[in-house]
Amino acid sequence: MSLDRREAVKRLLADRGEMLVVTGLGSPTYDVAAAGDDDRNFYLWGAMGSAALIGLGLAVAQPAKRVLVVTGDGELLMGLGGLASIAAQRPDNLAIVVLDNERYGETGMQKSHTAHGTDLAAVAQGCGFPRVTTVTDESELDRTIRDIRSAEGPMLAVIKVTASEAPRVLPSRDGVEIKNRFRKAIGI
Amino acid sequence: MDAVPTVDWRQQIHPILRAGNVRQVAYVPDAGHIRLIEACHADPTMRAIVLTNEAEGMGVLAGAWLGGQRGVTLMQSSGVGNCINALSLTQICRFPFLALVTMRGEWGEFNGWQVPMGQNTEAAFKGAGVIVQRCDHPEEVAPTIDAALALAFDSEVAVAVLLSQRLIGRKKF
Repeated sequence: MSLDRREAVKRLLADRGEMLVVTGLGSPTYDVAAAGDDDRNFYLWGAMGSAALIGLGLAVAQPAKRVLVVTGDGELLMGLGGLASIAAQRPDNLAIVVLDNERYGETGMQKSHTAHGTDLAAVAQGCGFPRVTTVTDESELDRTIRDIRSAEGPMLAVIKVTASEAPRVLPSRDGVEIKNRFRKAIGI
Repeated sequence: MDAVPTVDWRQQIHPILRAGNVRQVAYVPDAGHIRLIEACHADPTMRAIVLTNEAEGMGVLAGAWLGGQRGVTLMQSSGVGNCINALSLTQICRFPFLALVTMRGEWGEFNGWQVPMGQNTEAAFKGAGVIVQRCDHPEEVAPTIDAALALAFDSEVAVAVLLSQRLIGRKKF
């Protein structure tokens, strides 16, 4: 069973409080923008494979705030080694959500490795993540949202989503602007 | 054979990073940086972050800056090619960036596999929009890194300092 990605992300970010959000390029960037633009969102439009690592540097720099990375299966697959680097640091305020549609949506919906059996939650667990989960229904999503807000991490949650294409909601592509407004929003 | 250096440049880098308020040091292990890596791990004001691949350093440093901290990345010349696309993040968002790179493949190199990347390190960095500065002599290291730190974080640009193989010494096989 799979969830609707837009609905899932909307619920992830509802009442987000002080949470800082980094998005992986492609659909996760559009999904987070569709849930409502926020100065504390750092949207990636490139640098594929970097989203989780940005989350790491941010979580280390801001240990009192929760950091959420929202990315896709393809984006995470490009930087799998980063999961080992994150696990080695054990930032307890970092959560990574993988919206796993088992497709490379940006390039024509070709099957990704997760469609061929790669289990990203198992990969994270094997790297040493203390908390991993795979979400396939609404009740698991509710529990995962609670964990993202308060459980000791680092955690990685794979949310299985349908391979549908929602209308694109495009946030700013001005990297300098989104960097500066993010820093200003958290008082730097 | 090179003369014994009068300046121990290996001891000088960590105090400069500390004085420059560098809080995150993301590195791929390297023999040329061994003393610096140990000093960063031992420093309670710094977080030393071991990476599996040099490209991860661009993400970590960008995240550090978003969160209000300065980061530096350490690597060997063989890893510079891994960074090229990730440096688009650094360039397009104009993140401050400082890489300290130990060179191979340029001075009495025994292992030819190091030569292609070593000979193209400077060109690869420049092609990715990174300012390149180079140290060939021990007395150049401290002032070059001190100035590179100011350039990277005050002017908010990307800088790589290459520590030459002549400076580091030939690897013994």
